[in-house]
Amino acid sequence: MAYTLKINGKSQTVDVPAEMPMLWVLRDTLNMKGTKFGCGIGACGACTIHVDGVAVRGCQTQVSTVGTKTVTTIEGLSADGTHALQKAWQQVDVPQCGYCQAGQIMSAAALLAKTPKPSDAQINTAMTGNICRCGTYLRIREAIHIAAGNAGAK
Amino acid sequence: MNMKQLDRRSFFKISTLASGGVMIGLYSGSVTETLAQQGGRGGQAGPAAAPNPNFYITINPDNTFIVVNKNPETGQGMRNALPMLIADELDVDWKQVKVAQADLDANKYTGQIEGGSTAIPNNYMPMRQVGVAGRLMMVGAAAANWNVPATELTTGAGVVTHAASRRTATYASLAAKAATLPLPDAAAINAAFKDPKTFKIVGKPIPGVENFEIATGKPVFSIDVAFPGMLYAVFEKCPVFGGKVMSANLDEIRKLPGIKYAFVVDAPPPAAAGQRGGGPAIGVSATTLTSGVAIVSDSWWMANNARKSLKIVWDNGPVAAESSEGFLSQARTQATTGASQPPAGGGRGGAAVGNVDAAFQSAAKTIEAEYHFPLLSHAPLEPQNSTAHFKDGKLEIWSPSQIPGLPNPAAAAGLTPADVTMHLVRAGGGFGRRLYSEYDIEVAKIARVVSEERVKAGLATVPVKLIWSREDDLAHDDYRPAGYHFFKAGIDATGKLTAFRDFVPSAAGVSPAGEFPNGFVPNFQVSGVNITPFNIPTGAMRAPSTNGISFVMQSFVDEIAIAAGKDPLQYRLDLLNSPNAPPAAAAAGAGAGRGGGAPAPGAAPTAAGPTPGYGGLTVANGNGAPFNAARAKVVLETVRDMSTWKDRAKLPKGTGMGVSFQFAHNGYVAYVVQASVDAAKKIKVERVWAAVDIGNQVVNPSQAENLVQGGFVEGMSHIMNWEITIDKGAVTQKNFGQYQPTRMAQVPPKIEVKFVPTLYSTTGLGEPSLPPAVPAIANAIFAASGVRLRSLPVGKQGYSWAT
Repeated sequence: MAYTLKINGKSQTVDVPAEMPMLWVLRDTLNMKGTKFGCGIGACGACTIHVDGVAVRGCQTQVSTVGTKTVTTIEGLSADGTHALQKAWQQVDVPQCGYCQAGQIMSAAALLAKTPKPSDAQINTAMTGNICRCGTYLRIREAIHIAAGNAGAK
Repeated sequence: MNMKQLDRRSFFKISTLASGGVMIGLYSGSVTETLAQQGGRGGQAGPAAAPNPNFYITINPDNTFIVVNKNPETGQGMRNALPMLIADELDVDWKQVKVAQADLDANKYTGQIEGGSTAIPNNYMPMRQVGVAGRLMMVGAAAANWNVPATELTTGAGVVTHAASRRTATYASLAAKAATLPLPDAAAINAAFKDPKTFKIVGKPIPGVENFEIATGKPVFSIDVAFPGMLYAVFEKCPVFGGKVMSANLDEIRKLPGIKYAFVVDAPPPAAAGQRGGGPAIGVSATTLTSGVAIVSDSWWMANNARKSLKIVWDNGPVAAESSEGFLSQARTQATTGASQPPAGGGRGGAAVGNVDAAFQSAAKTIEAEYHFPLLSHAPLEPQNSTAHFKDGKLEIWSPSQIPGLPNPAAAAGLTPADVTMHLVRAGGGFGRRLYSEYDIEVAKIARVVSEERVKAGLATVPVKLIWSREDDLAHDDYRPAGYHFFKAGIDATGKLTAFRDFVPSAAGVSPAGEFPNGFVPNFQVSGVNITPFNIPTGAMRAPSTNGISFVMQSFVDEIAIAAGKDPLQYRLDLLNSPNAPPAAAAAGAGAGRGGGAPAPGAAPTAAGPTPGYGGLTVANGNGAPFNAARAKVVLETVRDMSTWKDRAKLPKGTGMGVSFQFAHNGYVAYVVQASVDAAKKIKVERVWAAVDIGNQVVNPSQAENLVQGGFVEGMSHIMNWEITIDKGAVTQKNFGQYQPTRMAQVPPKIEVKFVPTLYSTTGLGEPSLPPAVPAIANAIFAASGVRLRSLPVGKQGYSWAT
């Protein structure tokens, strides 16, 4: 079945089964590897993407449900890696293994788009679906505050 | 900064493309000498062993430098740390450096392993030697060009300067000349180390070299490796360990949309007992194939989806009779008769000092407790995967392994290791899981079968990527061994510890025979027996042995301190201050030599790198180094003074502080944790302080702090939720829903980390921060609530995190 998707501002046509999750459309069909597979059941957040600006789990979003909505992935969050969160992530030196971080950044970006100056509690709520197995949560929180211009705020 | 994947061909390419650039053949010493020696300007001596020429540094015409990291990267920051050591001694600026990743290549590199916190201690001096050699060559070239003594020359930022004549030359301009000079010998190199006080890169917080790629979603992980025409595979194994495929509906599977190939992979004859990790698994081995069904598609999702239609008749085999409940009840039965028996014949993991039974008789008070902790799965976030291309009798493989090539996947593909080219690709976490590379073995076999099918059909061969599902990963791990401990201790009228006994019915030989307080109590006994049958594969998980031992020992020591009416932190210090008189502590079995009184400060550690049998070691917490009470005291005193320990009596009701310390993998870590527990058994970790002694040099303080904080956060997973249970020979937990890692809302606002510099050789930090986190939290919960937590995870006992 052919679907024409709007991904990162570009129109892309894929011929895949209706039930195929966006995670695998992105990774295997479109060779966009930034969106990560972690659990396949929406429990880890590694596959977080935006659909019409809302953070969703790519592994739980069937391609047939996307329609004309705009899809943003980590590759399209900024043209050149200069989104405030991407810069803050490097400044704070967040990653250990780094595998979860694209999903973390996508969840954080959806949060900041709605809540430009989040509190710790708001950050915790927005990020609770994203596992960091290495345990870099303190730095993730700090980087979100820095990207929000909240430096020092809690 | 860009990462560059180097292979043999790209080495060649770089040499020819970058005309004017020079690849320097340099040295790497063997690891054991580095660990065994101390002294010298860097606090450690360089290896004096005959060096092998290896490849680490490329000098580009624009005076930038490609510096090779030879080790796997699974999140410990080796792609920073090892090149930082080279670059600092080479005396170039970090901004002039691009890091490249080496392939597995025994002809060029030694010790290409991520495990046992060994990368830093084993490579600290050899990588510095590489850098020094490069610097000496540049200086030698300038001295020859200018006809001045090398001693008049200085270096910095990749430039050699002769101050007297005001001449300068970039390394790039000197490279051609340097290439004509003999390589400096080991003696010259070892005489030319920088004074660590003058380091410009080492000891500075240098951000991860791949942070930009990670933050922008570039395909840097093993699971991201892709090629045109590549196929995707899943591999269905028996849920019961050791089970085998009898038959499968392969014809139906092959008719499903998108499915290209489906076939049975047979297991070779059962492996020798104990081959895989510590568990003598029946027919399950990390070194050979496991029986299963491979399904191959041009989409992983379609291959995985086809598993829903898969009908396999399994021969479950004998392990189907085993269960976690059975292990625990057997342990309890054994304890009723065995706990009072001294270790028979110095049996495995035993220790006997003094006479515990006599001491119990004369004790003012005795304390008894049963502790246990479960099997755990590593659960790195990137599921197991590997990519292989079998073509013309050769295998090329892209692997996230922590110990690439061991076992070599060649055998599974019917090849010899010489026929295999192995690329080391960044892994999304390891934690010991990727010391067992079944996925490499499986993909090697699957890739060969697929290539042969394609050749028969007149098709070109293609690479095949195998990805395990999360469910595969939890069901087929090499689990952290469970532990069952039956303790008894005696104290005298003053509260002094007089006798300590632990009986350990064991599933994988992990025993605290050499653990503190052995060496600091006049009567100490550890004995144990094996639980049989036990055929669940076990292996090394972050901080093997101490990751569970620390919980039971540091919790029970806490119980003793409370029973004695003492400050638990001071009680530990008092114990450390009163070692048994040498040559006490005749620990029997493999734990011998640990904890026998207070070893001389600076006693030389010896190397004992991880092997596939690592999880079965009796005491594996120190890379063989002796426990040093002085270092343990330093971290305890430091954490006491940096925290609000002394004011803990002022904390509100329901809030308390716990302490612990642990010697693990040559590092010493102490925690103080402040936690609260409410009436609904909701736990909040409020504040955390960590004091860490990893020797005289923290190579990258940014990554080091991150690893300590991450170790604590992992400890929170251990205490609250993590448990693998076995029911009828198979794992019960399916996915993160039943195996919840710590989430952001649960972590405290701050985890304060202080590195205590000491005179000892620098060591690694992947492991030491995890083990003591667990008892520190448990002890804080006791202080807050009066409830002693003696089995993990506590989520099973009605507790949850407050958010």
